Amino acid sequence: MTSQVDINKVTVVALVENEPGVLNRIASLFRRRAFNIDSLTVGRTHKPHISRMTIRVVAGPEYARKIATNLQKLVNVIDVRVLDNEPHVERDLALIKVRNDDADSRNTITEICDRYPARIVDVGPKVAIIEMVATEEILEEFIDEVRPTGIVEMIRTGVVSMGRGTRIHDTNFTRRDLAKIQNQISAGGNGNVI
Amino acid sequence: MKLTGSEIIMECLLQEGVHVMFGYPGGAILPTYDAMTKYENRLHHVLVRHEQGASHMADGYARATGEVGVCIATSGPGATNLVTGLATAMMDSSPILAITGQVPIPAIGSDAFQETDVTGVTLPITKHNYLVTDVRDLAYTMKEAFHIARTGRPGPVLVDVPKDVQLALTEFEYPEGEIVLPGYHPPSSADGSEISDALRLIEEAERPIILAGHGIMMSGAMQELRELSERAQIPVTLTLLGKGGMPEDHPLVIGMMGMHGEASANLAIQEADLLIALGMRFDDRVTGNLKTYARNARKIHVDIDRSEINKNVKADVGIAGDLKTVLTQMLPKLKPKSHPEWIGRIRDWLEDSSERDILNYETPGRLLTAQVINDIWEHTQGEAITVTDVGQHQMLEAQYYPHQRPATLLTSGGLGTMGFGFPAAIGAKFGKPEEEVWAIVGDGGFQMTLCELATAAQENVNVNIAIINNFFLGMVRQWQELFYEKRYEATPLFNPDFCKLADAYRIPNRRVTKRDEIADAVQFARDIDGPTLIEFVVEKEEMVYPMVPAGADLHDMKRRPKPGEG
Repeated sequence: MTSQVDINKVTVVALVENEPGVLNRIASLFRRRAFNIDSLTVGRTHKPHISRMTIRVVAGPEYARKIATNLQKLVNVIDVRVLDNEPHVERDLALIKVRNDDADSRNTITEICDRYPARIVDVGPKVAIIEMVATEEILEEFIDEVRPTGIVEMIRTGVVSMGRGTRIHDTNFTRRDLAKIQNQISAGGNGNVI
Repeated sequence: MKLTGSEIIMECLLQEGVHVMFGYPGGAILPTYDAMTKYENRLHHVLVRHEQGASHMADGYARATGEVGVCIATSGPGATNLVTGLATAMMDSSPILAITGQVPIPAIGSDAFQETDVTGVTLPITKHNYLVTDVRDLAYTMKEAFHIARTGRPGPVLVDVPKDVQLALTEFEYPEGEIVLPGYHPPSSADGSEISDALRLIEEAERPIILAGHGIMMSGAMQELRELSERAQIPVTLTLLGKGGMPEDHPLVIGMMGMHGEASANLAIQEADLLIALGMRFDDRVTGNLKTYARNARKIHVDIDRSEINKNVKADVGIAGDLKTVLTQMLPKLKPKSHPEWIGRIRDWLEDSSERDILNYETPGRLLTAQVINDIWEHTQGEAITVTDVGQHQMLEAQYYPHQRPATLLTSGGLGTMGFGFPAAIGAKFGKPEEEVWAIVGDGGFQMTLCELATAAQENVNVNIAIINNFFLGMVRQWQELFYEKRYEATPLFNPDFCKLADAYRIPNRRVTKRDEIADAVQFARDIDGPTLIEFVVEKEEMVYPMVPAGADLHDMKRRPKPGEG
């Protein structure tokens, strides 16, 4: 599913070296340039020395480009892309703990979950945990529907995004290994088409 | 051969062509100081009196030579004392390498004696920094640090080395070949379309002006700038840090722009139909009110830092690239042009400026800073490296000491660091021993780092210190006079007897209170091979004009009253 990006939200995707302190460098940049983060996720890619971040900012595309050029200045940031016009898949995961202590609420929750890509992953006598993975927009809708039954706890991972099609966002870079670096730098394609 | 981490640091410095380092010892950096004894014939260590001095000396060295300046400090307070110098170097893109000791790895995070999270503290004020946790990474890290400091948009890099890493042994081999980093690719050349877009704007312009910044000299594009300006007959205005990028006696150079720039330069920017901004970043001290800045002009902006393009001023053609490369791409296709009417108008404004010039005023019994600066310029044939502090004397230096050569005015522009001038002058002299170096400093700023008088004396550094003493924090006082109804809160200074102070350090000195004493005092300073100090006692309530009040429109300048006007 292609995301319906909120007009006021822009997604920035960054490949970074998986080194101590990199997240701190990025957070520090956002703080000192007064950029407002809506969500930031980070995790390893299929290459253990490279992590990938998805940063959602409340901003127009121009502002996002400012963020991108500043991020690119950080030595540990390998590549940055602003996903504003590019078709991409985005997902946000939420764990939502809801009240589950009477038949009414149990029925309502089951009914709502049936209409969404959501499932109940833990049920107890008083509360249940719902897991839902969707675009940010659909997740928001879902939360609004569940809210009246009584949300007691919630956590979201923040949005992760990936561009569609064969245009990949990846790098073949290996650190601290000069011979390899020289062989691989040309092969490592930022924005290459496979 | 196996070497200790400390010896590896020394070997790396030698590999990178370093001959001098500025520093201060302490517990966590002691192994490195111990290693220095084996290298003292090849690496000279200058003992400062405060680590801030070491950071400014490294900065002065870097600015004067274009090479990386090196400073060393211990952990904790030693490292935090470098902070002001790192921030200064960061703002002015000066390549320095700071090496700091750190507590041993097992003690990190335990609030150990003299432990500070130095990489954390210096994160926003370094181009990059490292905490080395394995001695096997040290040589590579040092090479990477030098590479990052001196390439692209240069800047300070800090390498934090725990004490046990300094002591650990490993096989030393300096990494060969170019450093290639996955996320670090400074731009160099421009696209063909960017070049043709820029050339088209230049061709169409009737009132073009070049804004030349620090990047001209950092890129070594002085000749290319001159060719661009001469062939297309485009006047050039300089930023404070851009002074020296083109000789100031060149007929197309119309002086400095900005808050205390030449009125003619500021008016030309506001009237221009094309700004060609080269290696400058549209600082607020240069633009004034952005809403009314160069409203009629299209803008070409070339800078090596992509994030500077469209940051403050929107560019019609923005080129992220190395200036020398980009101008070299542009020049073969540049058609000769002339703009006699436009240049004539700027000349008219210039004449008005010289009428308001302070130099030829009758000032019986009073010595003015402008006169001091002008006379130092005259008696040094305009050939000295001058290193200023921050404030009125700095702006008057910029106005009254024309510079013909690159890297001959060293000054803290972006951060405006008081206390920079004197230690930076010491560093500059180490970098350029064959040049005459003057530290031109105010009485306020000098007192922030005057402890380095001992360093200058101990090393017998041939630096001439000119203290412009008005017994005031002059620039703050000027703002209080103009914007705070002369409420001089915390600006009048009680000063030591600067000559007696120099005596205490056994530094030859003079005091000058009249204009006719200047020539003799300057000659006295030039004749002595070692540090000298001259105290110029000047008019207390002098003003620097023209002045664009902070945030005001660039054309809205407060001008010096004409003689007889008030």
